[in-house]
Amino acid sequence: MTSSAATRLTNDLLAPVFRTSGRFYLIVLALGAVVLAGLSAWMYQLYHGIGVAGIRRPVFWGFYITNFVFWIGISHAGTLISAILRLANATWRRPVTRCAEAITVFALMIGAMFPVVHLGRPWLAFWLFPYPNERGLWPNFRSPLLWDFFAINTYLIGSTLFLALPLIPDLALVRDRSRGWRKRIYGALALGWRGTPRQWHRLETAMHIMAIAIIPVAVSVHTIVSFDFSMTMVPMWHSTIFGPYFVAGAIFSGIAALIVAMAILRRVLHLENYLRPLHFDNLGKLLLMMSLLWTYFVFAERLTIWYGNEPSEMAVFWATQRGAYAPLFWTMVACNVLIPFPLLAIKRLRTIAGTVVASTTIIVGMWLERFLIIIPSLANKYLPYSWGTYRPTWVEITITAATFSAMALLYVLFAKVVPIISIWELKAGEPSAVPSAVGEPVQPFARVAS
Amino acid sequence: MTTITATYDDPESAQRAFEMLRTAGVSSTNIVVLSSEPLEQYAFGRDESHTWMPWLAALGGVVGGTLGFTLTATAQTLWPLQTGSMPIITLGTNAIIVYELTMLGAIVTTLLVFLASAGLPKRRTSLYDPAVAEGKILIGVKNPGAAVSKEIVQRLREMRGRVNVVDV
Repeated sequence: MTSSAATRLTNDLLAPVFRTSGRFYLIVLALGAVVLAGLSAWMYQLYHGIGVAGIRRPVFWGFYITNFVFWIGISHAGTLISAILRLANATWRRPVTRCAEAITVFALMIGAMFPVVHLGRPWLAFWLFPYPNERGLWPNFRSPLLWDFFAINTYLIGSTLFLALPLIPDLALVRDRSRGWRKRIYGALALGWRGTPRQWHRLETAMHIMAIAIIPVAVSVHTIVSFDFSMTMVPMWHSTIFGPYFVAGAIFSGIAALIVAMAILRRVLHLENYLRPLHFDNLGKLLLMMSLLWTYFVFAERLTIWYGNEPSEMAVFWATQRGAYAPLFWTMVACNVLIPFPLLAIKRLRTIAGTVVASTTIIVGMWLERFLIIIPSLANKYLPYSWGTYRPTWVEITITAATFSAMALLYVLFAKVVPIISIWELKAGEPSAVPSAVGEPVQPFARVAS
Repeated sequence: MTTITATYDDPESAQRAFEMLRTAGVSSTNIVVLSSEPLEQYAFGRDESHTWMPWLAALGGVVGGTLGFTLTATAQTLWPLQTGSMPIITLGTNAIIVYELTMLGAIVTTLLVFLASAGLPKRRTSLYDPAVAEGKILIGVKNPGAAVSKEIVQRLREMRGRVNVVDV
């Protein structure tokens, strides 16, 4: 890429970092207010106890665990998709990867918070950590909850590094265009990056290795989250299909979240030249494929349960098909299949607007799916005398709303402080002339450099 | 240390300058190349392609996995739970933690090897030109020696480079 083209590209993509509009502050203020409301609700719960939430016998997992599974699922958008596209050397990935990787890190941070919120007494969360202690106990390594701890933290560390490493050259770009305190901060973050061939080669090698390592970690994370359920003898949970079913659902919801995030970024940051219809079209095709895969898993799960006709499982089955939870179940089916299918399958409808509408309904549908996996099974356990209901309280609803705001707020702030599209990867993706042996025969210098 | 630098608008010109310096007898260890994008398809990007990083990452994975096994097995032996004649050390479930720590070991080792081999973090005392951030490619000759400095400057200029002589 010539330097004039590189300068133009750099100017475009660094503009949001250097220019701040009034709209940015308004958005931050609005999102921050909702996050504060969520924090206040959590403080209220801490003060009054977990009883202010709607979880009570027999439904001990409610909105909080639904949100936990949902956000861990959303986190599969970024690193996994980015790593696969990077390994496949898909050139269209270049403007998409950082948008996706940021979703992973923020969604994981939000998701990992929910078990702590759910604890009721979060000051005892350290009981989960594996270290010798005065209680004479180590955590039970046979517990899926402890597997979660290791899996989520491994994924969070891996994803953060996967996001941070390719940021270094772009932070150096910001450093070189900044002055004063901003230059000092970006200088420290850029770690003294200069762009030598050795640094570029090591960066690309590191990203390649991390991409290989992070894909199985991403798959393992949601498989392990599914073990929280499938290792338990609860109707419709104790199933071997849960691992791949959860992973498929996670990638499905993750791609949907990525499309929505990209569309908003494109509009707000004026990135129309970089996030093009082609990217939405390609991601739309992936989303369609995941929608069909998700449908297959739901069908396979439901068919085997229905065919087995085991009474306790059938109680949950019918509760979701035509009982109290049926409206939510059929809304989920509409959101995940019926509405997105035509929008994604018909090429003329697979536009930016079409994919965004499909993705939005899928995000709603996948949240409902997580809810429907958890609540009906707990509410309809083996003995009918122990059946119960669940009704979320304002505390849970406020905290849930706050997490969506927190996600948006973190994303807005991230896009403000770093280029949301990887500049160096975009430059590297531009076609350049094939290097050739050039030049006239050269005479050696009188005495070569020592 | 005196360094002669020349910045070029495009990789092809930079490659010509690089090849001219090499052919004229300047050692590649004395030639500095800086760019704002990876240019591994060009001659100046190829010299640095050997690294032990993948092997070290694998070794890091082995260390992580060993730590994971030691953590779980030691804990289960020292603080045994009542398992009703089932094994105290449960390999099946421990495998999950061993797996996660194996991957974590590989990832963290990759980071450390990357930082060490790329010479990061580093306070910027080395040769650098902010024009690199504008897409220019910098070709520099470290410590060229007084006898050939003028000739190098002249030849780099002939190749349409913006030449500077700097003391680093």
